Amino acid sequence: MITPIIIMVITAGQIMDDFLIRAAIGGIGVAAVTGPLGAFVVWRRMAYFGDALSHSALLGVALGLLLGSNVNVAIIAVCIAVALLLVALQRQRYLASDTVLGILAHGTLSLGLVVVALQGSVRVDLFALLFGDVLAMTVTDLYWIYGGGVVALALLLWLWRPLLAVTVHEDLARVEGVNVVAVQLGFMVVIALVIAVAIKIVGILLLTSLLVIPAAAARRVSSTPEMMAILAAIIGTVSVIGGLSGSLQWDTPAGPSVVLAAVVLFLLVMLIPAGRRT
Amino acid sequence: MSPEALISVSDLTVRFGETVTLDSVNLEVRPGEIVTVIGPNGAGKTTLLRVVLGLNEPDTGQVQRRRGLRIGYMPQSIAIDDTLPLTVRRFLDLGGRVAKGRRREVLDNVGVQRLLDQPLQRISGGEMQRVLLARALLREPQLLVLDEPAQGLDVAGQADLYELIGQLRGELGCGVLMVSHDLHLVMAAADRVVCLNHHVCCTGAPHDVRENPEYLALFPETEIASLGIYTHHHDHAHAVTGEVVGAHDHADHHYGHHGGADHG
Repeated sequence: MITPIIIMVITAGQIMDDFLIRAAIGGIGVAAVTGPLGAFVVWRRMAYFGDALSHSALLGVALGLLLGSNVNVAIIAVCIAVALLLVALQRQRYLASDTVLGILAHGTLSLGLVVVALQGSVRVDLFALLFGDVLAMTVTDLYWIYGGGVVALALLLWLWRPLLAVTVHEDLARVEGVNVVAVQLGFMVVIALVIAVAIKIVGILLLTSLLVIPAAAARRVSSTPEMMAILAAIIGTVSVIGGLSGSLQWDTPAGPSVVLAAVVLFLLVMLIPAGRRT
Repeated sequence: MSPEALISVSDLTVRFGETVTLDSVNLEVRPGEIVTVIGPNGAGKTTLLRVVLGLNEPDTGQVQRRRGLRIGYMPQSIAIDDTLPLTVRRFLDLGGRVAKGRRREVLDNVGVQRLLDQPLQRISGGEMQRVLLARALLREPQLLVLDEPAQGLDVAGQADLYELIGQLRGELGCGVLMVSHDLHLVMAAADRVVCLNHHVCCTGAPHDVRENPEYLALFPETEIASLGIYTHHHDHAHAVTGEVVGAHDHADHHYGHHGGADHG
């Protein structure tokens, strides 16, 4: 048992050179976080919210380039700012929630595209940003994914119980002493972090699928919230491995292949008889 | 605020835009007392509860809670997304950890023990009301706040629930504040009735409120016609909750205190 582990550690440096292994390690790291977070996105019916935030990530990329700051940090900052704006706008009664989401999602995406275009001197691979560029993953990317992922998971674990209470009934949770505003702010930070780290894998336009599809597949075979979160992480991981293998096999784009693998898993789970479903 | 009150609301006004939802409302709940707020739909009953619970801020007026007051809240309804796999047990645990013995006692009392492993989305409306009541009771509340607790129950189920609430009040000694838009049985279970239509129309013991002209004006003839039933249950309920010492005197005391016709 010990020898293989030692060999693994020794050869880890060389393995990191292999772009496919880097892609797999990065993808698995992302799926481990998008699974549990996706469960909350599904329970709270926030798929469009996640979509709007990931669209705004392009604005983060553009501002990061414009200001010469770290792109990941800029994405996190823009996502948090847009999340706060969304929450504030959803409190008004003039426009319905989905309308507000539509305005912000496409407004920020377009603004991001325009700002990128205005920076003539900087070459930006738009296709990679929109649909992911997992095969170009660097070791620095991996540090970001695992660093951000661990922080996001830790925050989610810490928030788990109050967030579940707020998800079930916000007023009841508030009367029982949960600081609802703090919990929701914490949740926004988790979403922003996860979006920043997940963009590399599936890109801005496909990001919500990594949140929603594994969680939806896990629902059918889960009897507790925790079980659903863990199964979503596992299903996401399998999707990443399957999608990357398929991408290598048939020379298909990696991000969309990962998403398709998740869809196939979802459909397979749907075939399981619903007898023991709770 | 009288020293023994759990919660006291004075001169409370709440506006939504131009609409005055609550207009100089006064309300007080003491330990061991069941106060029922009745009124037509849109009278501001739920808003009043939300202010008492601290969920809404009043525009003017004061809300005073006893220091460290533990409130058990039973919301009007609860809609949980089907995608969330949640058993009754987990739902109850979300309210906070409770000692095992005490927990068992509450669950037996409310009759939800056998439901514990059921998914929350699969239990009936009546069972849900009991589960929500159990979650409120597990907090060992000093004040129990119930928003339309008998909603969606048939008459027998309503009678059972109000009897249970009366019984629990006796055992726990907590104050109870509840809201209802129908008159069925609810008045019978109360020590004091507050008749609300944006302002407090009248308040007092159930049998006195029933004869108040403002009350008669507020509820149409058809409702009043069926009062024969309530009177019957009223007497019945008093026989059942008779164990609670001096419940009737208690109500009379408050009736005298508030003058029975506290016009707003």
